[in-house]
Amino acid sequence: MTTVTNMATGWSRQDIARKIAADIPDGAFVNLGIGMPESVVNHIPQGREVIFHTENGLLGMGPAPPAGEEDPELINAGKRHVTAITGASFFHHADSFAMIRGGHIDICVLGAMQVSQTGDLANWSMGEADAAPAVGGAMDLVAGAKQIFVATQHCTKSGKPKLVESITLPATGLAVVSRVYTNMAILDIRNGAFELVELAPDVDLQTLQDNTGATIIVPVHAETGKAASL
Amino acid sequence: MIHKLYDSAASAVADIFDGATVLIGGFGEAGSPIELIHALIDQGARELTVVNNNTGSGHVGLAALIENRRVAKMICSFPRTANSTVFPDLYSKNKIELELVPQGTLAERIRAGGAGIPAFYTATSVGTQLAEGKEHRQFNGREYVLEHGLTADFALIKCRSADRLGNVIYNKTARNFSPVMATAAQTTIVQADEYVPEGKLEPEAIVTPAIYVDRIVAVSTPLQESELVAAGVQYP
Repeated sequence: MTTVTNMATGWSRQDIARKIAADIPDGAFVNLGIGMPESVVNHIPQGREVIFHTENGLLGMGPAPPAGEEDPELINAGKRHVTAITGASFFHHADSFAMIRGGHIDICVLGAMQVSQTGDLANWSMGEADAAPAVGGAMDLVAGAKQIFVATQHCTKSGKPKLVESITLPATGLAVVSRVYTNMAILDIRNGAFELVELAPDVDLQTLQDNTGATIIVPVHAETGKAASL
Repeated sequence: MIHKLYDSAASAVADIFDGATVLIGGFGEAGSPIELIHALIDQGARELTVVNNNTGSGHVGLAALIENRRVAKMICSFPRTANSTVFPDLYSKNKIELELVPQGTLAERIRAGGAGIPAFYTATSVGTQLAEGKEHRQFNGREYVLEHGLTADFALIKCRSADRLGNVIYNKTARNFSPVMATAAQTTIVQADEYVPEGKLEPEAIVTPAIYVDRIVAVSTPLQESELVAAGVQYP
């Protein structure tokens, strides 16, 4: 039986950001995509040192400045005002993307329109012919960062699964995503399938499966009480 | 004697010709050489190919250059941003050409162009629409796509300080594409918040060495694009 879900189901956006932040190791160099990934910066656990890279030329990006202290020449890739931490550095765009394309960024967190069970990502184009397409740095990030995490709502606004067997929207990169964080679950891409890592507290496995366009693998060692009870 | 200082933005851009390819620095408003762009609008050159990460916002700066129909083609990575309607409208009516390039590939194409490298292979865009029709080759078992270096007739860039010889430093994330663009144009035109004598800039800290800079215009209090957009200003 299909269980109707919506964006209020499971984890909030801040919960998702907190889950991602908890998985970023001490000393990591991390790039955050525009949208939901941006809030990861607010949830790095105390005592952990993580350096944020923004592709428009800043390593050591800090949080948004207080109102009235915005500098129009100190922004992030989403063109929002940011600050620079003590020890930050500025560099030009080719150097910034050499950090990405040269495999120097440990983790990149991106949003998604679709993710396939083999790790293909679609997040740049809805495929509309007359709308100007915009790609930004997404294709560079998926090709170059060591690990790609996706942060997304589990379903589209109209309730369609974003996690699918094969993407139908234009690809950003193929076999690039390693882990997906949604409001309903955390899933690894492993051996060509979505493998459950953790279910959100008020979501059961059947609801997760009903809202996913691919078969979810539940490893026997899955540690969530609800998954184990099925 | 080296004389690179021009007395006005108008005189510095006077010889930009119809059909020229123009690199314009900036990422959104950060680093956008708005006085040079406005001088180019006043000057009237048409059928330009413009390279910038975006397509401007509101009705000033790059958006105004496009709105005044001076641009035949944009080469950029992200033609849509907040308050960006001019380009998307023209594009949807098929009245302007777009070459969409991944941001890192765009930066590297300009870097390569400026360094005399005609083409290079990159993993970026492999398996996507943006790699279709391009030469592919495997290295060490991984697939790469061939991308070509990008050069231009002119570059318009903004910086914090330029010295008499043409050495340049930038301000924070307003640096972005400008240092690579300065290397890839026949004629690089810089607007500087501050014009200083040689020796004033720390040699270890110079970002764009003088060899890449041809013309300097001092603009001590540049307009801020976001303020103009918020005020509803339309240029000219």
